[in-house]
Amino acid sequence: MSDIALNGLVISESATPLPEGVTLPIYMDNHATTPMDPRVLEAMLPYFGKIFGNAASRNHQFGWEAEQAVDKAREQVAKLIGASAKEIIFTSGATESNNLAIKGIAEMYREKGNHIITQTTEHKAVLDTCKKLEKMGYRVTYLEVQADGLISMDDLKAAMTPDTILVSIMFANNEIGVIQPVEEIGKLCHERGVIFHTDGVQAVGKIPVDVQKMNIDVLSLTAHKIYGPKGVGALYVRRRNPRVQITEQINGGGHERGMRSGTLNVPGIVGLGAACEIAGAEMEAEAKRQTELRDYLKAKFENALDYVHVNGNMEHHLPGNLNMSFVYVEGESLLMGINDVAVSSGSACTSATLEPSYVLKALGLGDDVAHSSIRFGLGRFNNKAEVDYVSDKIIHVVKHLREMSPLYEMVKEGIDLSKIEWAAH
Amino acid sequence: MAYSDKVVDHYSNPRNVGQMDKTLDEVGTGLVGAPECGDVMRLQIRVNPETQVIEDAKFKTFGCGSAIASSSLATEWVKGKTIAEALAISNTDIVKELALPPVKIHCSVLAEDAIRAAIGDWKKKNHVAETEGAVAVAH
Repeated sequence: MSDIALNGLVISESATPLPEGVTLPIYMDNHATTPMDPRVLEAMLPYFGKIFGNAASRNHQFGWEAEQAVDKAREQVAKLIGASAKEIIFTSGATESNNLAIKGIAEMYREKGNHIITQTTEHKAVLDTCKKLEKMGYRVTYLEVQADGLISMDDLKAAMTPDTILVSIMFANNEIGVIQPVEEIGKLCHERGVIFHTDGVQAVGKIPVDVQKMNIDVLSLTAHKIYGPKGVGALYVRRRNPRVQITEQINGGGHERGMRSGTLNVPGIVGLGAACEIAGAEMEAEAKRQTELRDYLKAKFENALDYVHVNGNMEHHLPGNLNMSFVYVEGESLLMGINDVAVSSGSACTSATLEPSYVLKALGLGDDVAHSSIRFGLGRFNNKAEVDYVSDKIIHVVKHLREMSPLYEMVKEGIDLSKIEWAAH
Repeated sequence: MAYSDKVVDHYSNPRNVGQMDKTLDEVGTGLVGAPECGDVMRLQIRVNPETQVIEDAKFKTFGCGSAIASSSLATEWVKGKTIAEALAISNTDIVKELALPPVKIHCSVLAEDAIRAAIGDWKKKNHVAETEGAVAVAH
């Protein structure tokens, strides 16, 4: 068993030189957040210093300079998603954007109807907002996803009623990376006169997003998932065909055309703009590179290990995402063996509830498989040497944990685990 | 989450990993937990029928590092103990030894359950009354 000690926990202390391109710890959790691109930081720095004005100060140069910077960023954000600058509202991040979109639309269109459709695998910023609205008397349909994580268009059609005012379906999922049929959803919504909001946090800057072509009415995005700063995001709100109105949720000085009061976070907004521009310029090459790395990572696991499987539809999938179940190994113990690598586990074993990921459960995965899942989030700064290091290490740890796993042993002996009467605790 | 050095040690160098032939009379097997809860422990003991001393113990665990450490420690502790002494091991001893945080106390409970289940299985096989402890079996 000393192999684990050698190749697992204490490897960072070992004398073995690391392969070129690998510096520990390795960050491979880019769905949670991304490191700032140095180019973004550089763009932001002057706005922490000399250019400190309030973008709302209309009568002096300090204000004008700040406003100019904000205007430029608004153009940069709009360009990335095929919008016009006037359709961009800056917020503190995607949670605020999602809240503003859903609550703002629900409030504005209350007279028209009280029904909202979303799905079970949304981010909590959408789900909890919808739950709040339910308490306020709105009716919310939470569409179940199919086994591959995609919603069924038939289910969506069937859920629509004359009372439906809003459909909120995320563009790409943060855990399993699946990309929903956004264009089709948008088309259906426009046919039915229903507003379509999408949480685009994981998609924007990674894959093409075009609000015109895809019939998106309202879209949430954030800077820190695209190598920009934390604490700044945006909401796209369509101005024509149809014009979408939103009731403001924060009142004050009437900033952002009254839809979001509060002094603008100029350095953050500059960072968001720069991040959008870089992401747009590099998207095609970067998506290709990350897809190749991701497929390489996946193939390494599939070649070296039995009982591994991928979660979520792989055809409609974010380039940098891989969500894999290493069955008969518990996720947290796996993470413990790779503690110089930052990835996420589908197991929430550290929380008091012992509940595994609700997204993985929504795919119909058993709790045991959900507990065995790891989310890899490749990003702009990951390279092949890191992918090799991470995969080799995980393969090693999985093999050794399986030597310790009674479940793996039983399955190898041909025992059907579902037939055992477990003493659940 | 930070693990104590002892948890890390048991995780990295688990003691007594393995399997015994559960059909043997002198072997008691305890299988506790459930895959959907994220923890399954199998603890086995080989008991000397004359002395009721646990001469060997093996485990396999599917679970987090604390669960692995708790069961590994349990095998270490039961070895060389009589059945009665082993039954006296409580989960709080494991919590203390491994410095488990509150969210991981269930791992220690599971390890205690595993010891008890293994002993229960051995007693059943060997027709020893559940209540019987260290006092010699009639022989």
